[in-house]
Amino acid sequence: MRRAEDTVSRAGETPDQPQPFAELGLTEAEYGKISATLGRRPTSAELALYSVMWSEHCSYKSSKVHLRRFADAAADSGALLAGIGANAGVVDIGQGYAVTFKIESHNHPSYVEPHQGAATGVGGIVRDILAMGARPVAVMDALRFGPAAAPDTGRVLPGVVSGISFYGNCLGLPNIGGELDFDPSYAGNPLVNALCVGIMRHDDLQVAAATGPGNQVILFGSTTGPDGVGGASVLASAAFGSAAGEQSAKRPSVQVGDPFTEKLLVECCLELYAAGLVVGIQDLGAAGVACATTELAAGGTGGMAVRLDAVPLRDASLGPPEILMSESQERMMAVVEPARVDEFLAVCAKWDVRAAVIGEVTDTGRLVMTWHGETVVDIPPSSAADGPVYQRPVERGADQDALAARDPAALPRPADGAALRAALLELLGSPGLADKGWVTDQYDRYVRGDTVLAMPEDGGLVRVDEATGLGIALATDGNGRYCRLDPYLGTQLVLAEAYRNVAVTGARPLAVTNCLNFGSPEDPAVMWQFAEAVRGLADGCAALGVPVTGGNVSFYNQTGTAAIHPTPVIGVLGVHDDVRQRLAIGFPPAAGGTAGAGLVLLGRTEAEFGGSAWAYVLHGHLGGHPPAPDLDAERRLASLLAAAAAAGLLSAAHDLSDGGLAVALAESCLRGGTGCAVRLPGDPFTWLFSESAARAIVSVRPDDQAAFDQLCAAHDVPGVTIGTVGGADLTVEGLFSIPLDELAEVHTRTLPALFG
Amino acid sequence: MLWHGDRELRGVDAAILPGGFSYGDYLRCGAIARFAPVMRELVPAARAGLPVLGICNGFQILCEAHLLPGALTRNAGLRFITRDLPLRVERAQTAWTRAYADGEQILVPLKSGEGAYAADPGTLAGLRASGQVVITYAEANPNGSADGIAGVCNAEGNVVGLMPHPEHAVDPLTGPSADGLGFFTSVVAGVAA
Repeated sequence: MRRAEDTVSRAGETPDQPQPFAELGLTEAEYGKISATLGRRPTSAELALYSVMWSEHCSYKSSKVHLRRFADAAADSGALLAGIGANAGVVDIGQGYAVTFKIESHNHPSYVEPHQGAATGVGGIVRDILAMGARPVAVMDALRFGPAAAPDTGRVLPGVVSGISFYGNCLGLPNIGGELDFDPSYAGNPLVNALCVGIMRHDDLQVAAATGPGNQVILFGSTTGPDGVGGASVLASAAFGSAAGEQSAKRPSVQVGDPFTEKLLVECCLELYAAGLVVGIQDLGAAGVACATTELAAGGTGGMAVRLDAVPLRDASLGPPEILMSESQERMMAVVEPARVDEFLAVCAKWDVRAAVIGEVTDTGRLVMTWHGETVVDIPPSSAADGPVYQRPVERGADQDALAARDPAALPRPADGAALRAALLELLGSPGLADKGWVTDQYDRYVRGDTVLAMPEDGGLVRVDEATGLGIALATDGNGRYCRLDPYLGTQLVLAEAYRNVAVTGARPLAVTNCLNFGSPEDPAVMWQFAEAVRGLADGCAALGVPVTGGNVSFYNQTGTAAIHPTPVIGVLGVHDDVRQRLAIGFPPAAGGTAGAGLVLLGRTEAEFGGSAWAYVLHGHLGGHPPAPDLDAERRLASLLAAAAAAGLLSAAHDLSDGGLAVALAESCLRGGTGCAVRLPGDPFTWLFSESAARAIVSVRPDDQAAFDQLCAAHDVPGVTIGTVGGADLTVEGLFSIPLDELAEVHTRTLPALFG
Repeated sequence: MLWHGDRELRGVDAAILPGGFSYGDYLRCGAIARFAPVMRELVPAARAGLPVLGICNGFQILCEAHLLPGALTRNAGLRFITRDLPLRVERAQTAWTRAYADGEQILVPLKSGEGAYAADPGTLAGLRASGQVVITYAEANPNGSADGIAGVCNAEGNVVGLMPHPEHAVDPLTGPSADGLGFFTSVVAGVAA
């Protein structure tokens, strides 16, 4: 026998029945607002729906007032075909092609159940891209964990990597890059951010709107089960306490991934789009059916009638609240004209994708759901889709001044060649800078056959059009240390690095996505970090002329009262006019006995060590001020690199970031299997380890030095020739020399020693 | 292109079972795909001489279908591996390797989680004796394959399976080399002859 369901009429008759709003993550004031909107208490199904829709994760209730800055800054970009508010932003890259890309967090699920948490993070972002009408073509992942040697990192990291590997490889998407870093602030709250990029023709763009009364609403893909119930509200929108056993108690809130079904869903959707069978479409991610129905209805004609008992279930005991809140993966919801439903279902059948008509679009302005003939939901959809808006208190943290006063200038510096040599080796073998092959070898970077560059290159590069050579470059960056010292400048430095990483491939940076990972928004100091980061990013994007096309906010990344370092992860997309002219980081061997290529260091080097890898790795120090961003210089550097790549003047280019010139030289030597010899023009320590922004090291083809010098002058980019490529050692003249074999040994042994 | 549900081969001159994750590989790799309707036609055609190449998951399916001897098991180390690897062509006298010379070394990516070739000692000895070992890993054995075997063929040499992906080594722009092209030029030349 079915249990008696809480219907709308019953809610009217029992106004004082207590309801578990607090357990579902709603405040008393929010509960009161829901009752006032409805003119009665909500049913248990409505309460479930509002609780997930009004969760921080889905509603952006604490961040919305700040995120408006991005829209203001992006308004005048001509490249945007769809922007913030859509499932993902869409950017025109020319030749009739458009690109959509987005990065999202799956931090909390990945801590509770690393393998499935990370796997479904990939699956979720892929469906976002698919819902825009694009074919997903690549993924990236930005990962941050607690100290590399900590026992819990040994639990979380291998599981996260295997989850990304399992899902992305099976789905057939190349993983072309990302990040891996370690810091104690992430020990109880790792960051797992997944990016997906998709390609479409301009007129393939799909909308998330239920328009046209009488059009049918179809749920397709996996069946709905009890997995992930409350993922958006109780898991993603609350901080972890420090109590033991809490992770396992929340494990049922983590979803389970089925990448093969997702692969079928991708191909099925693309065929449905091509046949013109879709009026509107929405992926099911956080908040499942609740979110898809309310957002489609709110974005369209305004009304929808849904029969919840028509939802195909994998567990027959589920009732309306669980069906609405379930985050079962690999599901999509489409709006289809009645005359085309049979064709739609036939395409689904071809791909073995299960589909069910569960409702239709109405013009009533109400989202009405029935369960075996009785009404269990009857709400204005926009009241759930829009959610509350909070102006949280913002206050600069009391410890910021003390942090700034901890000047890295007081740290002891390496005084001679032997000490500089040892410092470089220590940096190169530190977990955050060590070779990432242990991780990236588990990802398929080749599948689809269009990967031109992938990790450990600075940016990933994917060919879009084989005939013209058109391609897209992507990079993600984050730096919790810089942002902890100064969230405004730190975020601009992160943006600048991602922008530069795209530029050193020879691509032109075009657009920005972001995943903003912060602590609790209820902590005014965290809200200050957040507001500063958003302001820094909006100002930075305006200065660089690249719009923010969308993104994701992840709050409540903390353990007890200790928040993670503020960690905005920024993704930059660029367009490459001809991927055959791409630049890579590896120093090429000198061909046929000719003189080695000249090494030119582009940009200005100042003594900037606040938040640097040197201060952190060698001294465990975090303090002072981060390097000063120079966004105008970044722009000039990027246009110089694009011009030099197009003219074929360079044989390698590598951006300078963590660990400065020393680490960049070592990486380029190892990647290309060729050494170099450099002479430093000033204080060796500063030139080797400073992290001044807006810099890159390039190797110039021997016959093209004069042409390159002219190009540098024309772009107003300072460059200093510091040496030549060649040999089997990294040599800093007068100071030290390291054989490549020794560099490779130090660089590659760290992660295997830690993780097996 | 042949569809898994096809019940005829539509007159193709050769067939490639590509890599991928048939049915998600949630069960043993290839164990379900060997029952796909198209396999009912493909298996007798292969036994009758149709050139068939299985790459990665395709190799696993050919083993599951008993068109090739042995089996593929989880990598030593139990992790998925993507790596550009030097391979040695041990036998150039097959439908898919005649563009190469015996002993030629080629650079081709491997990317698999269940790529460790396994067979009983008698089968391995038989394979070596009859020249059915087609491709081996030229340097370090990446995944614990028996005898460093990366690919084998049937006794007639028309059915070849290998774990590495020659289709990812057809253009230096998108792969480590163009060394994998020979698999495809081999069969084209054979069909055209």
